[in-house]
This record gives sequence, C-alpha cells and structure tokens, in this order.
Amino acid sequence: MSKTVLLQGNEAAVEGAIAAGMRFFAGYPITPSTEIAERSAIRLPEEGGKFIQMEDELASIAAVLGASAAGMKAMTATSGPGFSLMQENIGYGAMAEIPCVIVDVQRVGPSTGLATSPSQGDYMQAKWGTHGDHPVIALSPSSVLETYTLMVRAFNLSEKYRTPVIFLMDEIVGHLREDVSLPDPNSLIINRRKLSFHDGANKQCYYVPEGEYVPAMKPFGQGERYNITGLAHDESGFPINDHDKAGKLINRLIDKVEHNADHIVRVEQYEMDDAETAIVCFGGTARSVMSAVQAARAAGHKVGMFRPITVWPFPDKPLRARLPQLRNILMVEHNHGQMLLEMQRVAGRDVPVHFLGRVDGTVISPDDVLAKLEEMEG
Amino acid sequence: MPSELIHRYMRIDHLPQIWCPGCGNGTIMRDVAAAIQELIDDPEKDINRDNIVIVSGIGCSSRAAGYLDFNSIHTTHGRAIAFATGIKFANPKLNVIVLTGDGDCSAIGGNHLIHAARRNMGLTVIAFNNNIYGMTGGQYSPTTPDGDVATTAPFGNVDRPFDIANLASGAGASFSARGDVYHVRETIDIIKEAIQHKGFSLVDVYSVCPTYYGRKNHKGSAVDMLRWQKENLIPTARYYSMPEEERAGKKLIGILSYNDYPEYTEEYAKLVKAYRKKK
Repeated sequence: MSKTVLLQGNEAAVEGAIAAGMRFFAGYPITPSTEIAERSAIRLPEEGGKFIQMEDELASIAAVLGASAAGMKAMTATSGPGFSLMQENIGYGAMAEIPCVIVDVQRVGPSTGLATSPSQGDYMQAKWGTHGDHPVIALSPSSVLETYTLMVRAFNLSEKYRTPVIFLMDEIVGHLREDVSLPDPNSLIINRRKLSFHDGANKQCYYVPEGEYVPAMKPFGQGERYNITGLAHDESGFPINDHDKAGKLINRLIDKVEHNADHIVRVEQYEMDDAETAIVCFGGTARSVMSAVQAARAAGHKVGMFRPITVWPFPDKPLRARLPQLRNILMVEHNHGQMLLEMQRVAGRDVPVHFLGRVDGTVISPDDVLAKLEEMEG
Repeated sequence: MPSELIHRYMRIDHLPQIWCPGCGNGTIMRDVAAAIQELIDDPEKDINRDNIVIVSGIGCSSRAAGYLDFNSIHTTHGRAIAFATGIKFANPKLNVIVLTGDGDCSAIGGNHLIHAARRNMGLTVIAFNNNIYGMTGGQYSPTTPDGDVATTAPFGNVDRPFDIANLASGAGASFSARGDVYHVRETIDIIKEAIQHKGFSLVDVYSVCPTYYGRKNHKGSAVDMLRWQKENLIPTARYYSMPEEERAGKKLIGILSYNDYPEYTEEYAKLVKAYRKKK
C-alpha cells in the first residue's frame, strides 16, 4: 500500500485506468463526469499517453475504437446524454470485438434532466442502449478505492473478452472524496488482448479455435492486412450474407460473456450468512444501504446487503443461491425500478420483492431504507 | 497495367465490386490504388504498405475499403473521420486514408470533417462525391444541386448544396483539392499530393451516379456524364489560362488551398516530450 491520499471518485477512475495501461482518452465535457477528462488531460502526457477533446460524444467513442484498433488501451467518459449518443458505436465495438472502456457517471434524466444530481437511471441503457442482440459487461463501484481497483478489472475484462466494458458510476461516487491507500501498481494483475492470431484456418483474423470464444487481435500497422467491419462477417473479417454464419457470429458474441459469467460476475455480500431479508443495491446507493443494515442489525433484525459489483451480466447464480433462506427482498436503486426487473426475474414467485426508488435527484438515506423495512414488517 | 495494379493492391477474392454499371466509384478506388502504388514504388518516397490504413464509413463509397488490400476498417455512418482520428493519434506513423461519400462526410459526418480539418489531423480524406445517396436508392444529399430531383425531392430540391472542397478550406484544412473521374491522371496526381501532405488533406472527387442521380435528372448515360465532366471540370493549368468569362459555370480540378500549418500529432508529441514524467 502506498501513502494515503484524498481522492475523488472521478479522479480514481483515471488513476485506475492508467494503472491498467490506459494511454488514450477521447472525450467531450459533460457534468458530472468532466473531472475524468480534466485529470486525463494532465496525467496522460505525464505517462507518455494521449488525450484529445473531440467535437462530440459520437466522435469520442469512434476515436476510442480507432485507437484500440491501432493497439492502445483506450477509454472515454460521459454522462447520460452523451452515453445515449455513443450507443451506435458501442454496438460497433461489440460486433467488431474492439476492447475499450466507457465510463458513464449517471445523472438524472431523461434528457438534460438534473445535470448535477445523482441517479442510476442508465442501468437498462447500459444493457439495451444499442440496437440488436449483443453482449454487455458493466461494472459499478460504490467507493473511491473500489473505483480504482474495479477500473483495472474493467480493462482486464475488456481485453480478455474483446468487448466494450461499461463502467457504470453515479454522481454519488463520481464526486465523492475519500482517503484512500492505492495499491502498489506492481501488485496488480494486468491483462492484454492476444496480439497474434490463433494458429489454424489460414490465420484468419476472426478465427476462434474450437471450445474458445475470443479471436486474437493484432494492431493495425504490423503486417497483417485484415478487415474490420460492423457488418455481419465470417472468420476472414469480410462481410457475409450467409444466415448460418451470421447466426454463428452473433451467438458466439453473446456466449463469450454468458458462458463466462462465473468469471465475470462479482458481488459483495454483507451480513448475508443468516439474513432473512436481503437488500439488493449497486453503486453509490450501497453506502446508505450499508448504514441501514448496520442499524437494523443493532435492533436485532436479520438483514443483509447483496450488492452486484458486476451489474451486467446480472448475477443470477449467487443471488439464486440465497433465495432459500430469504423471506423478503428489498431492491433499492436511484431510478424508477430497473434492476428491479432483473430481481423479479430471478426471485420469481419464491420470494416477494419490494422496491424503494427515487427519481428526484435526492439521495436515498439510511432512514429511508429503515422506514421501508419497517413498512415491509408491518 | 491495370491488371497488375488490381493483383497487387485489391482483394481479388472479393471482386467484382457491388457498384452499378457506369458508376464512377470504381475509377476513384482505382485512382487511390494507383496513387498508393506510385508512391510505394518510388524509392524517394517513404510510404510503406503496412503503414497504410484505409478507413471508410457507410454508403456506396465506403465499400471500397473492403476491396483494397491494406489494413482496412469499415466503420459506422458518418464516423470514419472520427475513427481515423483515433487511429492516427494512437500511431502517428500510420498513413490513414479515409474513403467516404458526400452524405457520409458532409451530412451525418460533417462535424467530424470540419473539426479534423481545424485540428490539422494528419489524415487524407477522399470524398466520392456522386451528389446522391446511392446505397439507399437515390435520396438528395448535401451536394445535390438545387432544383434537381431525387426520391425524397420529387418536386425538385429546395436545399442549397455544399461545395465540399470549399467547406474543408473554410474549416481550415491545410490541403483541399478537387478531382473527378474523367481526369484520371490529374486526379491520381492530386491524391498522391494529398497522401504526402503532412497535415489534414481532403480531395473532393466528383463521381458519377448514372443509376440514381443521372437517370432521374436526364443527364444521359454514364458516358454523357463523363463528357459533362470533360467539358466543365478544368485542370489547373488550363483553368488559369482561360479568360475570366469562359470560366463561368466551370470548376477547377486541382489544389484549392495549401498551408503548412503544424500537424496535430506532431504538436502533441512536443507536449508529451515537455511534460512526461522522468522515471
């Protein structure tokens, strides 16, 4: 551990990304994510990296994908309105299998909404924002230190699975300042995409060996003249109209995330061993929930917190394992009920699911959570 | 020797191309390949095949990326220049050539065109300008002349058109030029100059679309459309020797603006050199 520093969540996102090897940032200013661009503009030249402020978010994500195709670990950061603008090319990244990280520091929407107020209203957009069926990995931190360590993991997953990773922050964590002791960068595990093509099948650029899911990716400019396209393509990388091959491609893209869910999914379970009520939450909301759980425990209630850190794919398996012990589930999120839908899908008819949400831009307090628990008991 | 050019620089397995009979896009694609070949074969030029990256957007023009045997990336509609910016900035050694269309670079992608020009990002943009959206069947584009007919302008186009080369000049492009599909030799030479230019370069190449633009607007056959180019698009030397009154209604084929502004990635490299932490 290094010395303790006072760091903001948005700043920790940049430091974590740099520790993970990010050396390219393209972005456009937007509240409440702007500090990520500002710190990148200072830090990247110091690290021999590159920062560019683009003309809009459409250009930002495109430049990030281009830089990644040229071999760099690349990132952008935005908030709801900009995240909406990026959606088409997030789908391109999924289809063409170009790794990158997109930070969305959520604010209240729809539209311009409440630009400086916290929200978690982009949870479903992170999954379904781009058109068509596609894989999504999304991670959500709940503290400044976790923003740093989880960002390293975001790059690792993106590189390993060759897919864009959504880093779903919220204004609570983005603008939070905490004392943190950052881990020694040398202690971190850093993944890199496979840089030379898999053997076999004439070394085709999108060739995937039997039983594997991810093709290798050689950067442009190293002697392999291959093609990248957002059209359905075969292992050669060229467009096709063959429905069997198109189906095989799109299913592989989805399977590479779904079949590796055990590796990708991480959750935090707090006081869950004997819990009869689970409060499910993610991101900054967990801070209030944690306090509420402590207060409820002090009053003798068997309450625990179940927090998805990987929010997509949804952690079906660890949650399902808890269902037999639960009498109640309370979903708490800063939106009108988005993760709630996933909760209800997993809980089915086995356990009743209650909901506490908010769309007015104020923070759900521990007292709000305790009042809801009381209402459920009554 | 066209066959040698095709064998060396095009992906034979993916030919023939999808364009309609009489389309000018094949000529422009060949001009780009010929310009690259002449630069690679010239021992005095420092152009390496592996360092060339072809970037395209969406539309008829943008299919060219798949036929040219270089590193190639076929991106999303309008965003080719923004992808190219990321590629060039990430690895400034690369020669990044954007193949785009009039709709792709001046409508949906117009913002990226003017900002790449303003930054003087070291890209070469070749606009295949056929005055129409061909891939979707003939809708009016930002370069369809006013009064002309398209499927979405059935009673005549009310919009006033862009001149893409002048647009780029106005946005600060350090190299802006115009070519066409009739003046092949001149256009190849212009593209060669554009590729060698260190900063941002744009070549607005007038294509012909006899199928969707020409037929609806009574422009005759593809040959008639080329004849119009021969008579109305005038290479530089002849253009400037013509009396003023003869130039009316005619356009210059050649370089419109040229500056040696500092190139973006070189300027940024200086900044990194000054501020990089000593380890």
